[in-house]
Amino acid sequence: MDSVLTNSIELSYLVAASLFILGLKKLGSPATARGGNQLAAVGMLIAVVATLLDQQVINYGMIAGGIVIGSVIGLVAAQKVEMTDMPQLVGLFNGLGGAASALVAIAEFWRLLSLGETLTLTTSLTIILGVLIGGITLTGSLVAFGKLQGILPGRPFVFPLQKVVNFAILGGFLVGSVYLAIAPDATNIFLALVGISLILGVLFVIPIGGGDMPVVISLLNSYSGLAASAAGFVVGNNMLIIAGALVGASGIILTQIMCKAMNRSITNVLFAGFGSDSDSGATSGAGNIEGTVKSVDAEESAMMLGYARSVVIIPGYGMAVAQAQHSVKELADMLEKQGVEVKYAIHPVAGRMPGHMNVLLAEANVPYTQLYDMDDINPQFDNTDVALVIGANDVVNPAARHDKGSPIYGMPILEVDKAKTTIVIKRSMNTGFSGVQNELFFGDKTMMLFGGAKEVVEKISAEIKEL
Amino acid sequence: MTTATLLSSLFVFVLASFVGFELINKVPPTLHTPLMSGANAISGIAVVGALLVSGEQNLNLTVILGLIAVVCATINVVGGFLVTDRMLQMFKKKEV
Repeated sequence: MDSVLTNSIELSYLVAASLFILGLKKLGSPATARGGNQLAAVGMLIAVVATLLDQQVINYGMIAGGIVIGSVIGLVAAQKVEMTDMPQLVGLFNGLGGAASALVAIAEFWRLLSLGETLTLTTSLTIILGVLIGGITLTGSLVAFGKLQGILPGRPFVFPLQKVVNFAILGGFLVGSVYLAIAPDATNIFLALVGISLILGVLFVIPIGGGDMPVVISLLNSYSGLAASAAGFVVGNNMLIIAGALVGASGIILTQIMCKAMNRSITNVLFAGFGSDSDSGATSGAGNIEGTVKSVDAEESAMMLGYARSVVIIPGYGMAVAQAQHSVKELADMLEKQGVEVKYAIHPVAGRMPGHMNVLLAEANVPYTQLYDMDDINPQFDNTDVALVIGANDVVNPAARHDKGSPIYGMPILEVDKAKTTIVIKRSMNTGFSGVQNELFFGDKTMMLFGGAKEVVEKISAEIKEL
Repeated sequence: MTTATLLSSLFVFVLASFVGFELINKVPPTLHTPLMSGANAISGIAVVGALLVSGEQNLNLTVILGLIAVVCATINVVGGFLVTDRMLQMFKKKEV
């Protein structure tokens, strides 16, 4: 009887794992994505119900309480969050996943210890690994959350001897791990390892600046999967190992896409501040550019946009901060009414997480057929009358093409300087994340329109109404 | 855990990783965020591990840690799937 139950639980896990794979597959195409997500959710439900049938699990009352509390918090968070705050929320969820995995490893350590069992080498190793990955994911995500939410400064945080300190701490972790593997009942050492894991997570993310967050968020996403896998090794459960590995792999692919879009290696993003000395792009000089800046007002911009044949809108993080996506959509509608062809050009790392701009524009009801990837839109700028840059900076800096001394040299950019006219909506002449001045702003065909994205766009819309 | 189980777990892990790489390749940028947050919800599978360690009837340290893990992982799972659905709903409604 027991074996029948155990076998059915295992089979349910197999079904759940298959549903995860199918769900992820369907998440890869716009038409099937929603169904894919629901399929994965069903898989999760099956996995949870099957686990509750396990005879090891009898603590129903308290478990139900935990599930209810978690569900309510999750439900409220998912419904209340503004789409502009999605990067923070994903970051926070990553952290919670990591925390859960680390706690599982810690709890299992205590369980085995209280049973008086001697931990084998492999058990100790898997527990240490679970604590390490889970702990890093937790605190790393919390720091990323703090940076995105504006609680912590977004710029890279570097201190003297950072490299030495980091490697010393990492070395301490390794020594502690070896010690614990030999003497598994050394609870003090174990607690120290937990603490070090948490510190490492903080140290890993603080030197990384706001503009590199798309890489960090997708990497932490990958870690949260790997943490779940590690927890699977600890409790000996294939379901966790499979699901965690799937997430780990998908996170790594997204990380690679983001790095490629910035023409930087993953080690450069992560260790520019963490490992090497602090000469990363973000802190280097602003680079002086000779030239004059032409500015326009909303009325003139409205004339140029309203009488253009084709307009390409380039949104950036500034649009997200100003929550201007709805105003932008209104402006686009109005232009289309005037017979203007409107397209959106999306840079892969615009914003603070992969696909950030796409989500915001989707929220404002922009059809995704109007959104163009970098490779598709770049050849079209030659035939574009007006390129309207809203709160983007480094991703449209032509210096990336030719200035070998620039920290962003080699990064693929949206070639808005090739349009007949470029209007840049921006608060001030401040530099973007990379810290370099943007030579686009000094170009002959560029007009600067100073002001907050939302107010300015609304003003232009009002003026277009008058045309 | 014996070395044999570790090895067979390692097989599962490596093969599942390859499946993951194959699945996610060539996803259009529009879906990067939903894919990430959907995958994020799946990483809440740690809830299964949390249930297993908090299953005992007596309230000891293991169970308490396990229960905290249950809460964390459930937030991750429920919030993750719901917010992904909310996003995908927005993508959907303009197709008409």
